Amino acid sequence: MNKLLKIFTILVFAFLYLPILLLILASFNSGASLAAFSGATFYNYAELFADDDLIGLMLNSILISVLAAALATVLGTAAALGIFRMRKPVRKLILNATNIPITNPDIVTGISLSLLFAFVGRLLRIESVLGFTTLLLAHVTFNLPYVILSVMPKLRQLNPSLNEAALDLGYTPIQAFFKAILPEIMPGILTGAMTAFTMSLDDFVISYFVYGPEFSTLPIEIYNYTKKPVPPKIYALFTLTFFALLLIMIAMNLLQIRDEKRRNRAFDKVSTR
Amino acid sequence: MKSRVKLLAAPYLAWLLIFTIVPLCVVVYFAFTDADGHVTLANLGAMRDYLPTFADSLLLAAISAAICLLIGYPTAYAITRAPASRQRFLILLIMLPMCMSFLLRTLALVALLEDQGILNNILSAVGLGRVTLIRRPAAVVAGMVYNYLPYMIMPLHSVLVKLDGKLIEAAQDLGCSRLRVLLRVILPLSVPGIISGVTMVFVPAVSTFYISKKLGGTSTAMIGDIIESQFKTSYNLNAGAAMSLVLMIIVFICMGIMNRFTGDSEVDLL
Repeated sequence: MNKLLKIFTILVFAFLYLPILLLILASFNSGASLAAFSGATFYNYAELFADDDLIGLMLNSILISVLAAALATVLGTAAALGIFRMRKPVRKLILNATNIPITNPDIVTGISLSLLFAFVGRLLRIESVLGFTTLLLAHVTFNLPYVILSVMPKLRQLNPSLNEAALDLGYTPIQAFFKAILPEIMPGILTGAMTAFTMSLDDFVISYFVYGPEFSTLPIEIYNYTKKPVPPKIYALFTLTFFALLLIMIAMNLLQIRDEKRRNRAFDKVSTR
Repeated sequence: MKSRVKLLAAPYLAWLLIFTIVPLCVVVYFAFTDADGHVTLANLGAMRDYLPTFADSLLLAAISAAICLLIGYPTAYAITRAPASRQRFLILLIMLPMCMSFLLRTLALVALLEDQGILNNILSAVGLGRVTLIRRPAAVVAGMVYNYLPYMIMPLHSVLVKLDGKLIEAAQDLGCSRLRVLLRVILPLSVPGIISGVTMVFVPAVSTFYISKKLGGTSTAMIGDIIESQFKTSYNLNAGAAMSLVLMIIVFICMGIMNRFTGDSEVDLL
């Protein structure tokens, strides 16, 4: 039984990674096809680094994701602090509304925003409102719920007397927030910021409906590429991104393990004393 | 003091109003007006022609969610059985594909399944002959399962990992067979994870427009494909808005039905 389960799990992982493996192989393929390997080469990587447009698009994607994640993190953390202090029925109502961009299909979120921009454009009699600003506004909008939903549980876990204790010890309310509350909820804020960043970086569906011709991102361009034969340098970019993300995730994992060990050790010291 | 802290939420509430609530009202406005801004029911009336498309989309998404659950549940369970350090690595491996371009990964799936694709090349090399794997509903389902399976495994794992081992031991001590432990203890306790996983697969699957375009044939156009073409090729914003409105209502009804099963407990979507 256990052995069967193990084999099944390995097959599931193989299913998840087979297409990724194909794309990695294609990045070293001298032919342009995904289905046939004609010979090994690094040519696609040279092509990738010579392509300023593609690197520009990648920088665009990173710019939008960083800005959107930063804005959403500040707005969302402030919002969570405020919402947390509200009475239950109000809080529940706001949190339900906060869930809308998560539960709504992406295509509906994208279309609702694009219609809003079209509507405002019609009112202001502007030909095309779509561009960098609309893209950023849309990204902040779908990032906000992830930040709020990551910070709220941390606020719930907070010891209610923490703030009072800080105030009793002579901190001003603002000092108390930055020195006592903020460090406690920081893990939630960081999770929210990271989730927002990755959501933004990989978003295609919503961006597709609100981007303008003068500012595009990588996923949108990849979509346009997939209508015609995909140049293999895209596979090279995919491969580099894959290994970069893998390394970042492993590093974060190791840091987390070290952190936990340290905390356990500190706990052991306190409890043996 | 307390009221001043509440004010921190003000900018967000304004944002929520302008960029979430108002846009939905704009969708309703466009759905009920024609290109000149006159009120009309014609857009929604025209939905009748698309009923088969809506039905197909719902069916394919439901099948995908069911398959994801059948594959995802044992996988999530197996991951929780692994030692802690390996468990974290396995979860990382589940999350990693979620961060990679789904467009390219879907394209790789096409390369596997197409007529001159890898699977067919293998089949013909061993003398079994070529089979049409692509351009059929089953290929669309395969694409959905492949893309959204991680979204099923993650919430299932987060529920299963919190499961109290003592409960299982207690059930075994009281004479439950392994099957009964699974059916009477583990499964009921993982309902919130199942609901959240099914939602996270069903909602994007029912509204997808890329997967069906690449893996499906001309007969398997889904709601998402039609909405996309209304906006991007035929520029009929009003018809697109009407369709989005119907899609949104369908999704909300489905979610409402599913949330019935969880009762009052909050479903953790993250």
